[in-house]
Amino acid sequence: MMAECLKNENVQIAFGYPGAAICPFLDYLYRSPIKNVLVREEQNAAHEASGYARASGKPGVCVATSGPGATNLITGIATAYMDSIPLIVITGQVSSELLGRDVFQEADITGACEPFTKHSYLVKSAADLPRIFKEAFHIASTGRPGPVLIDVPVDIQMEEVPEFVYPQKANIIGYKPRTTGHAMQVKKALAAMAEAKRPVLVCGGGVVLAGARDELVAFAQSSGIPVVSTMMGIGVVPMDSPLYLGMIGMHGHKNANRAMHEADLIILCGARVGDRAVSAPEQMGEKATIIHIDIDPAEIGKNVTAHIPIVGDIRLVLRDFIEQSAVSVPKEWIDAVLRYKKEFVPGGEPDNSSGFVEPRSFMRVLSSLMEEDAILTADVGQNQIWAARNFNVKEGRFLTSGGLGTMGYALPAAIGAKLAKPRRQVLCICGDGSFQMAMCELGTLCQNDVNIKMIVMQNDRLGMVKEIQDNKYGSRYAMTLLQGNPDFVKIAEAYGIPAAIATSNGEAERLAKEMFASDRAFILVCRVNPDAPTI
Amino acid sequence: MKYTLSILVENQPGVLSKVSGLFSRRGFNIDSLAVGITEDPAISRITIVVNGDEYIVEQVEKQLNKLIPVIKVKVLQPDLFISCELSLIKVNCPTKQRAEIMKIVELMHAQIVDVATTSLTIQLTDNDERTQTLISLLKPYGIKEIVRAGTLAIEKGPTTARKQNS
Repeated sequence: MMAECLKNENVQIAFGYPGAAICPFLDYLYRSPIKNVLVREEQNAAHEASGYARASGKPGVCVATSGPGATNLITGIATAYMDSIPLIVITGQVSSELLGRDVFQEADITGACEPFTKHSYLVKSAADLPRIFKEAFHIASTGRPGPVLIDVPVDIQMEEVPEFVYPQKANIIGYKPRTTGHAMQVKKALAAMAEAKRPVLVCGGGVVLAGARDELVAFAQSSGIPVVSTMMGIGVVPMDSPLYLGMIGMHGHKNANRAMHEADLIILCGARVGDRAVSAPEQMGEKATIIHIDIDPAEIGKNVTAHIPIVGDIRLVLRDFIEQSAVSVPKEWIDAVLRYKKEFVPGGEPDNSSGFVEPRSFMRVLSSLMEEDAILTADVGQNQIWAARNFNVKEGRFLTSGGLGTMGYALPAAIGAKLAKPRRQVLCICGDGSFQMAMCELGTLCQNDVNIKMIVMQNDRLGMVKEIQDNKYGSRYAMTLLQGNPDFVKIAEAYGIPAAIATSNGEAERLAKEMFASDRAFILVCRVNPDAPTI
Repeated sequence: MKYTLSILVENQPGVLSKVSGLFSRRGFNIDSLAVGITEDPAISRITIVVNGDEYIVEQVEKQLNKLIPVIKVKVLQPDLFISCELSLIKVNCPTKQRAEIMKIVELMHAQIVDVATTSLTIQLTDNDERTQTLISLLKPYGIKEIVRAGTLAIEKGPTTARKQNS
């Protein structure tokens, strides 16, 4: 019956790992047209579902058994929660009559996941399943999206229900997300924009989630307001477009941060002003008027005090802006931000002599070699910042774990994204640390013949932390040296995946071209100088 | 400052842990919490008294609203609601002091609900301030046990928490 619910929600694929307590459901799934993908560790089932959800725009489905299967999912669920990714997480649970007795493979997963789920269900009766699934999909994919957990005891999975009727609509009295922005607030915002001398538009992950890319670009173009982006907002505005200034924050572009600093009006679009994007949010409002647009009312006033809050779907609010706005940005401001942009020189020059690939310039080359609508996934650490700062995402996507900062995200997310968009080029960028966290998924990749391209930036260090230790802890490298790294090319060979190693930028470029030309998965290992800077 | 919140929730398993978990997770302090069903058996009311500033109470309200089973959150306006709390107080009471304690009980409009040779159990339904007064009056006799139910609150006049929902 649960498989029947998924079919009604038009689910095409489920990522998971089996166990006794989820077997009845898996058996139904096996006999349904839904494709099931066996992962190699449960956390990656959630990441693959997340990559799938982000690439397809539909909730991703992942499945695990009770106890350790479920607890292994937690990091994946929390990762999705922090980045507001819609997931349906289905876990098996021990039999209803044994609940609470600490039997084999029992864990209170709804309790454990309480802080990381948008909502969760512990199913008490099979008759509730259709309603619960309908509600779960509705909750996961509307408003501010997020993961929803459905924990189903094994006896309930087997329970026969006389008649299966799938509800047409979810009716939850306490859940009615607001979509259109309040007309008065929109007016106030437009008035503030008309008065502003130095406005800046901040594009956050909410713009991506709302599918408001076209609206944001259209509004930026019609109003002429310069755009900066948070890490989660990368890819909304192509980096080569004239009024795009770059990424803000701790690891952001200097000119983008400078524009934020000098602005007298900051329009936050689906950006929650996390600490990595703005280090002192309380000071932001002292110098500038802040318009904060978010679908989640709780984000408004949480990290930054907004002068003009607008609760609503960013897409609809931006449409209101486009229709009603007659903003003209003073030329001096445009000239200034364009001058800052011009003065900004991205770091890193190609290196063909030291035996290492210079990562930042290589990222720029990689980006020029890829198709316009390619999907890029980046892991966490130096590789993430190299990619975020230097990649030119045009029509494609940039997928990374921005909120929780989960290492090992890029590879499974890339697999999920490729399964959602088989025709698109998918590139995964990892460090040697993060790659090893998810390396087991090469098995999933082979089993499902997933053609993704992988780049492993190997410096035999956990580079981001090493850099912190260099700056603050007297270069005492506690737990950051990856001695004992394997030969990644041989690992790839063991899986039957073509691979190569590059020790100079010239070689890396040549191999990357070869990699993109091949119609199979490929691992390109780049040797990177351990002292290569992040920024 | 203390704020009283009236929260209507769907009466389903786990809802109380969802609400209380949110408080501990976000570092909000609960002064008291009381739950019971309402005129509609499918809906329960949770009355919470929190200690905090305006920022905290605004965050509490917004975060509570995000919970799916939460139907309505209302921060009650000071002076515009009635609140009371039920307390049961067991106090040492040798026979010779009984009359004395009964006098206090009468004075405070409390009730004696159990009598034994060496103790008395007193029931009081009143606001926090008067409850504290009774407790301090009884203290010299030796209080053995106090059971308090948590503050209940209802708005004055015809206004209800639910009405403003629509």
